Amino acid sequence: MANKPQIRSNSSALIAMIADEDTITGFLLAGVGNVDLRRNTNYLIVDSKTTVKQIEDAFKDFTTREDIAIVLISQFVANMIRFLVDSYNKPIPAILEIPSKDHPYDPAHDSVLSRVKYLFSSESVAGDRR
Amino acid sequence: MSGQTQRLNVVPTVTMLGVVKARLVGATRGHALLKKKSDALTVQFRQILKKIVSTKESMGDIMKTSSFALTEAKYVAGENIKHIVQENVQSASLKVRSHQENIAGVKLPKFEYFIDGETKNALTGLARGGQQIQACRAAYVKSIELLVELATLQTSFLTLDEAIKTTNRRVNALENVVKPRLENTISYIKGELDELEREDFFRLKKIQGYKKREVERQRLAAKAFAEEKLAEEISLQKGISVGTAHDLLSHSQKDEDIIF
Repeated sequence: MANKPQIRSNSSALIAMIADEDTITGFLLAGVGNVDLRRNTNYLIVDSKTTVKQIEDAFKDFTTREDIAIVLISQFVANMIRFLVDSYNKPIPAILEIPSKDHPYDPAHDSVLSRVKYLFSSESVAGDRR
Repeated sequence: MSGQTQRLNVVPTVTMLGVVKARLVGATRGHALLKKKSDALTVQFRQILKKIVSTKESMGDIMKTSSFALTEAKYVAGENIKHIVQENVQSASLKVRSHQENIAGVKLPKFEYFIDGETKNALTGLARGGQQIQACRAAYVKSIELLVELATLQTSFLTLDEAIKTTNRRVNALENVVKPRLENTISYIKGELDELEREDFFRLKKIQGYKKREVERQRLAAKAFAEEKLAEEISLQKGISVGTAHDLLSHSQKDEDIIF
């Protein structure tokens, strides 16, 4: 297979986050946060002062880092960089869109869920025809 | 259609026919196997699709619960609790481990989270609201559990999607390109072999005809020679000229040799 995912087994990996302050605080409390020697964090707090450029850079950084297995991204943040999220199609790290407190979850915007829904509908249509 | 006329560039021999036939058998078996693999993957794929939809829906509820727990903690412990939490971050205590699962030759990653070492937030909220903070922590760990599961499903979904596409492409390639090509080659070789056989037969026939004509010619020559000899003998015996002897012979043999 051409783009076989590189799966490292028996190694620990991190969960990265791009979200609003409250969500990040909650996950940090759970013990997800990581700060390395160069003071690089595995999370980005998005507030009203954060620019789209910063989010883009963080997203690109997290998706290319070796030690990250899952990237959690708030849906309203994902909507800001929708083109990047939609064009991302590697299996690892997995991109998960999560709801945030101020922004209710809308399944229609989720890139993966929309694909799932699309496949479901096409399959059921094919099933009807049979 | 270009696929109809395509065939392999081979020398039409009996050996090659055997080789191509063996390849056709191999292609047929491979096609059947790949088709089975594709079916197995599709079954798995549908299961994952269903799970993804249900997990995504439950994720909303879990996240709502966690947010509410955080609000409670903030209310009890004060607004500046988040700064304490953010300053306390050192190294991750909650990490993800991945191992592989093999489904019909496709390796699917499977994530699971584990807690590694003591969290630095154990003393957070010691002054007030410690209970709420621990509850909040538990709620977020629970949501992480669900999110990790969802990540596994999503990764499997993407990997399987790719694998199914690849397998289907191979199945179609075997069915629509490789097999017709081999079949065309076989019919071509068979045709050529038949053609060769006919050519050979025709050549033999031709040679036979040529030989027959040659034999006839020799027989005629021998007969003419014998006649000549006979005429000479008669002319010697009767003392007449050779021409008269010929006339004599032709008169006596007229009825027999009516063809000549």
